[in-house]
Amino acid sequence: MTMLIARRFLLAIITLFIISLLVFIGIEALPGDAATAYLGQSATEESLKALREEFGLNAPAHQRYLTWLGNFLHGDMGESMARRKPVSEVIGNQFRNTVVLAVAASIFGIPLAIVLGVLTGLTRDKWPDFVLSFLAILGMTLPGFVTATVLVYLFSIRVKWFPAIAMVPSDASVSEVLPTIILPIITLTLVMTAHILRLVRTSMIDVLAGDYVQMAHLKGVPLARVIFLHALPNAMLPTINVIALTIAWLLGGVAIIETVFNYPGIGKLMINAIGDQDLALVQAIAMILAGIYVGVNLIADLLTLFLNPRLRTMRR
Amino acid sequence: MTADTQVAGQSVVIKRRSPLLETWDNLRRSWSGMIGLTLIVLHLVLALISPLIVPHDPLEMNSKNRSVAPSMEHWFGTDKLGRDVFSRSLVGGRVALAVTVLATALAMTWGGLSGILMGFLGGWVDEVALRIVDALLAIPWLLVLLIIVSAFGTDAWIQTLTFGFTYGYTMIRVARAATLDYVTHDFVLSARARGERKQTIVLKELFPNVRDVLLVDGAMNWSWMLLGFSSLSFLGFGVPPPTPDWGYMIAINREILANQPWAVFGPALMLSTLIVGINLFADAFAKAMGLDRSQGAPV
Repeated sequence: MTMLIARRFLLAIITLFIISLLVFIGIEALPGDAATAYLGQSATEESLKALREEFGLNAPAHQRYLTWLGNFLHGDMGESMARRKPVSEVIGNQFRNTVVLAVAASIFGIPLAIVLGVLTGLTRDKWPDFVLSFLAILGMTLPGFVTATVLVYLFSIRVKWFPAIAMVPSDASVSEVLPTIILPIITLTLVMTAHILRLVRTSMIDVLAGDYVQMAHLKGVPLARVIFLHALPNAMLPTINVIALTIAWLLGGVAIIETVFNYPGIGKLMINAIGDQDLALVQAIAMILAGIYVGVNLIADLLTLFLNPRLRTMRR
Repeated sequence: MTADTQVAGQSVVIKRRSPLLETWDNLRRSWSGMIGLTLIVLHLVLALISPLIVPHDPLEMNSKNRSVAPSMEHWFGTDKLGRDVFSRSLVGGRVALAVTVLATALAMTWGGLSGILMGFLGGWVDEVALRIVDALLAIPWLLVLLIIVSAFGTDAWIQTLTFGFTYGYTMIRVARAATLDYVTHDFVLSARARGERKQTIVLKELFPNVRDVLLVDGAMNWSWMLLGFSSLSFLGFGVPPPTPDWGYMIAINREILANQPWAVFGPALMLSTLIVGINLFADAFAKAMGLDRSQGAPV
């Protein structure tokens, strides 16, 4: 068990290391560099040279990578070249804003998905399942910007209930931010619910067909008890990983929704940073998002192991 | 396909229908699958003939007709530059379809073969490749796409390669997992014992078995690619204007959402029907193949 956990941790760290290398190579492949992106049209030979000198862009690539890695391991994410500020300072509030958005969507989305997933699983092929499954396909497949735009049309143009864009400075307090981001939260909740609902449904159908559930039925155990104490805990097990993946995916793709609502989050920052070829900033954002992905998956794996005694003795 | 089997001294001919026909029979019974297939076919036909049937030139601007509401003349109204939204919506999926269909084939080929090879070879090659795939999967998909198109441009061919590559590595894991189910089977072991070349085993023994899983995953990936393509286009990293594209149309026409919402609804409707169609089809296709589609989130 301990070996297993240690192995998982080691793999996660190796994965993160490879990610940092891949992202570095990716940004190196971009034409020009941060100096040309920063100076734009006004670039002259001398100013470019001075700027490159200042940010150490003249060193060979492997040396710059190692410098970056060394600093990063010491908790120093470097300096944003385009913004002339430490990366941690640039990211701080924007990251918090995205987390606020994601957490709010999870608080509504996950319980909703479980309840609706159980409902659709129980009413398989009858109309509630039919309607909800179709809505789930819509929620899951429609691009975030389509869902968001339709919601803006309905709830901030037709009826003026919620603001269409999040007009907040990036360092506003959470209580200031929340009222402006009701529509982004709804958008994210819809997408999230749709993803998880489908899996809970499938899982529920599988579990309900199991012997022990049939047995409980035959023994005359009340239906609610069968569902919530016998079926649901087992049906939840395989969904843990998908919930993890969904959260991680939402963090990666949330940039689109942030852009639609002009919300100062880390996803929108990522898009801008690529445009500016702000290497240190892109690297840091990539590491944070990938780190969350790896971390959330690790937690999900360990949680599944913990909850399912049968897996504990298995290798890998 | 027919097979002769000797049963108690007499020859019994068992007629088996080809697996392809069987899948089709199953698929036909699923009405959601048929709706999906119909939507896909409609979109493909439209992509082919739309330039011939559009009521207006999709690129023609008309300064007297800016942002007008839907009418008999302009079914979806016009956009900010006075261009006919209906005509633009009809042709706005051509590049998206061409790029994503080609990229899906590309992704299935390289992702599928790499996955099979990894599962087949095992050992350190598999271990190292798997680490790289895992690392790539952990990087936000949007970041990967944005870096590649920023580095190499947004030309349709480059986009095809970009999507083929990016979505290919999500398929590696699927193909590898499917291969691992088969490598220990007798027919592979006996092929190895016979001394078949590795190439033959991969192509003749493993590929046909992994193919079904790949096709199902490919159908799914097609819809994720369309989502990715439109998202890039929405963010302004799509095929360069003036070529109309749904994602970009939605992005720029959002400015007139309040007074001319059809400029957004038109392309959104087209994009949505195609994506939903692909998903309904992919779901039914997986069931018809007897495979439960993997329910994971896109990566």
